[in-house]
Amino acid sequence: MILRYTFQRLLMLIPVSFSISVVIFMIVYLLPGDPIDNLLRVGSSAEDRAELVARYGLDRSLFVQYFVWIGNMFRGEFGDAIVLRRPVADLVAQNLPYSLTLGGLAFLFSSTVGMALGTISAIVRQPVLDRLMRGFILLGSTVPGFWLALLLILFFSVNLGWFPVSGAGGWQALVLPVLTIGFGGVALVARVTRVALLDAQREDFVTLLHAKGLSSGTILFRHLMPHALLPVVTILALRIGWILGGAVTVEFVFGRPGLGSLLIRALGQRDYPVVQACLLMLALAVMLGTLIGDVAQAAMDPRIREKKS
Amino acid sequence: MLSVRDLGVAFGMVQPLSGVSFSVGKGETLGIVGESGSGKSLTAMSVMGLLPLSGGRITGGTVEFDGQDLTKLPERAYRKLRGGRIGLITQNPMTSLDPLKKIGPQVDDVAKLHLGLDAAAARARTEEILGTLRIPEPALICDRYPHQMSGGMKQRIVIAMALTADPDVLIADEPTTALDVTVQAQIIRLLDDLVKDRDLALVLITHDMSVVAQTCDKVVVMYAGRAVEHGPVEAIFDHPRHPYTQALIGCIPRGLVEAKRLTGIEGTVPTVVNYPDGCPFHPRCPRAQAVCATEPPAFSVAGDSAAACHFAEVAHAEPA
Repeated sequence: MILRYTFQRLLMLIPVSFSISVVIFMIVYLLPGDPIDNLLRVGSSAEDRAELVARYGLDRSLFVQYFVWIGNMFRGEFGDAIVLRRPVADLVAQNLPYSLTLGGLAFLFSSTVGMALGTISAIVRQPVLDRLMRGFILLGSTVPGFWLALLLILFFSVNLGWFPVSGAGGWQALVLPVLTIGFGGVALVARVTRVALLDAQREDFVTLLHAKGLSSGTILFRHLMPHALLPVVTILALRIGWILGGAVTVEFVFGRPGLGSLLIRALGQRDYPVVQACLLMLALAVMLGTLIGDVAQAAMDPRIREKKS
Repeated sequence: MLSVRDLGVAFGMVQPLSGVSFSVGKGETLGIVGESGSGKSLTAMSVMGLLPLSGGRITGGTVEFDGQDLTKLPERAYRKLRGGRIGLITQNPMTSLDPLKKIGPQVDDVAKLHLGLDAAAARARTEEILGTLRIPEPALICDRYPHQMSGGMKQRIVIAMALTADPDVLIADEPTTALDVTVQAQIIRLLDDLVKDRDLALVLITHDMSVVAQTCDKVVVMYAGRAVEHGPVEAIFDHPRHPYTQALIGCIPRGLVEAKRLTGIEGTVPTVVNYPDGCPFHPRCPRAQAVCATEPPAFSVAGDSAAACHFAEVAHAEPA
């Protein structure tokens, strides 16, 4: 049943991917500026320009360009970066591991710590702790990443000298970026977990669980947690896309290589193939996250499984 | 078997329940009746020891079960009684079961917990109990999820959970309110049979006087967190002495050809913070006098029954 459901969801991704590819392809043409201008040396003639335009296929109609592009994508050929003059695949392969490490660690950090904090704040009914938690959640959801990054650098790197200010060498360089990205995630996950657990506690069936003679601990872990996990998993799945793309500004502040910094650089230089490849990767990550979220939901909730398959 | 004396319950500063007493023995059905908000469910939760879930606490009185006072029982010992010797049937079967778990495991829990059975034996017990409740194909039902079943079927499952450990006392909190009329009759008959077959003590909480008339041996009528009248069911129905009881009986539809209009009771039950002084029913009582607004009435005993009304004797003289 769950396999059939997964397959159906996968099929649905086909039209979605198609629309996304069109949007990604078109969006770069809406940007002002022209990569050819970046390539031409000062004083180049109109012929030089025309030759470059022809070399990159920019003289053909948009329609043809799209199909050439999408055809290449299917064959795994991302083409060459116009400005960086290297295969796009190489650039992505070089930067992707950094993003995956950072995003993956931040994801792990925010999901485990967030769920733990949310659970504690839901079951420990203590006014002081509760107020602290809510303050933390508010801060975490509102403080922007780049600002937090600067504060962390100032305190831990400049004043205490515990971690490097920037760069990507060694695990030390990962601590502050992971904290920065994870902070917002921790707050978000903690908030959702807390609310979901409190909601689950109010459900009618909980009374009957107590009336069966089950202990509070058993009720929490066997019955309340699975309920609370439903919304938490949805939120986490949506953040899977963030693993790749959520770090854009943070990578920039910490001077780390990664898909985010690559995208920013490519955008600045109007390097269409790179921008398109990066956006495509991010879109795929988001789609994959949504898929995982849907399937996980269906695996956990029999009502969803039945309604949709 | 179960005897509640002068029970009082408080949530913080408010006292929604006070002076509730009743007792029920094996093979006996006690009805607790009253409108919504009269404190019936709170009474059930007090007996189950589940008040702390909603932030309430018992402030006075005793709940005596099998010779021990449950109000002083530590939580660990209380857990053994819940589902073991005292079963609870809740109001709304649609939301009483965990929607993420199959029926089988949810019922199995009780046998594992209270009968000390392993998984296989617990399942056998579950199927046996489902069978005695006339649930067709118990093995198939065990593999279903709650949303795949009808309300009546779910209520049977809830009853099955309450019965699995062979309890002495069953507390049914409006077990039929959320069900279709035809299913209601089935469930009531089922409960009635169980009391007879298993020598259960049943506390049946309801707002439906006709259900009380069909099944109960004794009745407690509650209003605004107090017992206002109690006694054997015949006495209460033949000679209701409290005006509220009379009004409740007046609300039962009788036959299809009805010359009189169906009567209702004017007004609503006061909320906890607005409990009036004196007799709690006086603002809605057709017989209220000046004294009713100031003096809380004492119980006036007549035979086996008693009514908390200043004019119980007068009321008795002219039944509604």
